[in-house]
Amino acid sequence: MNGPAKFFDTFFNAGVAAKYLPDILAGMGVTIALGLAVAVTGLIAGLGLAVLRATGRAWLALPIIAFVDILRALPPLVIIIIFFFAFPMIGIEMSAFTATWLALSLVLAAYAEESLWGGIVSLPRGQTEAARSTGLTWWQAMTAVILPQAIRISVPPLTNRVIAVAKNVALGSVVALSEVLNLAQSATSAAGNPTPLTMAAAGYLVLFIPAMLGARRLERRFQWRT
Amino acid sequence: MTPLLELAGLRKAYGALEVLRGVDLQVFPGELVCIVGPSGSGKSSLLRCCNRLEESTGGQVIVDGEDITRAGVNINKVRERIGMVFQQFNLYPHLTVLGNVTLALRKVQGKAQAEADALGMAALERVGLADKARNHPAQLSGGQQQRVAIARAIVLQPKLMLFDEPTSALDPETVGEVLKVMRELREAGMTMLVVTHEMGFARAAADRVIFMDAGAIVEQGPPADIFGAPKHERTRAFLARYTAGH
Repeated sequence: MNGPAKFFDTFFNAGVAAKYLPDILAGMGVTIALGLAVAVTGLIAGLGLAVLRATGRAWLALPIIAFVDILRALPPLVIIIIFFFAFPMIGIEMSAFTATWLALSLVLAAYAEESLWGGIVSLPRGQTEAARSTGLTWWQAMTAVILPQAIRISVPPLTNRVIAVAKNVALGSVVALSEVLNLAQSATSAAGNPTPLTMAAAGYLVLFIPAMLGARRLERRFQWRT
Repeated sequence: MTPLLELAGLRKAYGALEVLRGVDLQVFPGELVCIVGPSGSGKSSLLRCCNRLEESTGGQVIVDGEDITRAGVNINKVRERIGMVFQQFNLYPHLTVLGNVTLALRKVQGKAQAEADALGMAALERVGLADKARNHPAQLSGGQQQRVAIARAIVLQPKLMLFDEPTSALDPETVGEVLKVMRELREAGMTMLVVTHEMGFARAAADRVIFMDAGAIVEQGPPADIFGAPKHERTRAFLARYTAGH
């Protein structure tokens, strides 16, 4: 076999691809499900933390700041491994899916809190004052005036962070989560051919290029109408 | 006649810095009172204590017979009766003009969208901006934005309106339209307390002018007296600086 033919036979082997397509698709399903679950729980938790911090109570703010800094400093892989391998030793057992979901949700929550908090404090104090001066409660001012603006400001950093964290679902392969990378590696070993890895890479591109384009559209849509 | 707003021995301090040193002031129904004075004299702090955007550190703020500094007062209820207009307008940029004006009607007074919109349009008519209802604040001039801010306050039918330097952030050519709306409010019987640097407006429109300096009222009286024959040296010096173009 000449060079190009060997290359294609190695990385784009049709027979191998056909055989392992079901595995790859199943893995993609897990990756998508987990990525979406992490995005939802991470963003909601981050929003909740940012709002709690905005109450201005030090006994709430200090633990939140500590949580955020620690979760941003730790590599997500370390957190996943602790949840999956260390927590059982204190009687907390969780599946690979749960460990990966929880770890990545906490990481996204930390980053989302920082972005949303940045959005909240970037708003002029007059926004809250105007709302409160018309009789709105703190909570009403927060939900009707502050958060809609803070969320818009946070959209560009948040979309990038959601995509970055969703890609980290691949880290679940170290705790034997049957996401796409893990299944592709197994298939590669079994077939003695890396075509399944090529398929996994293609799968990531199919997932994340549209996600990035969607994020860009979202950013544009959330810019101020002037 | 009982005053609509009464400040009794009002004090405000930030740590050791006293910005209000026991101010007594009464504002009667239908009155337009202007507060003038140099920067840092405590004018804005005084105004912001009247709806507790700032908490006083002593004395009483009595609105419509009720001491609003007491513990247990529902300040949100009180604020429905006190409108406030800010130097920087503070319109909500993510809402339309009508959305700005109707937010409190819907959230605080629980009015249905249709009723809130009708009241909001009526308030916008009063400030001459009904045709801008669907625009966003960023599409409006400064003067127009401030008129929307006035509509946002008067739509709640407050008994008292507080104005915190309402024209200080405006281009000179749009100051007039805001002052005109304020005059019309006054003619409609609104009680108004206005912190301003617009001496022309204070002179022409106010029933009473208060001159403040260093956290206290130095003198007060009808505009003709304050501007025509000020009794205190500090008032004279301040007015001389202003008429000379500060």
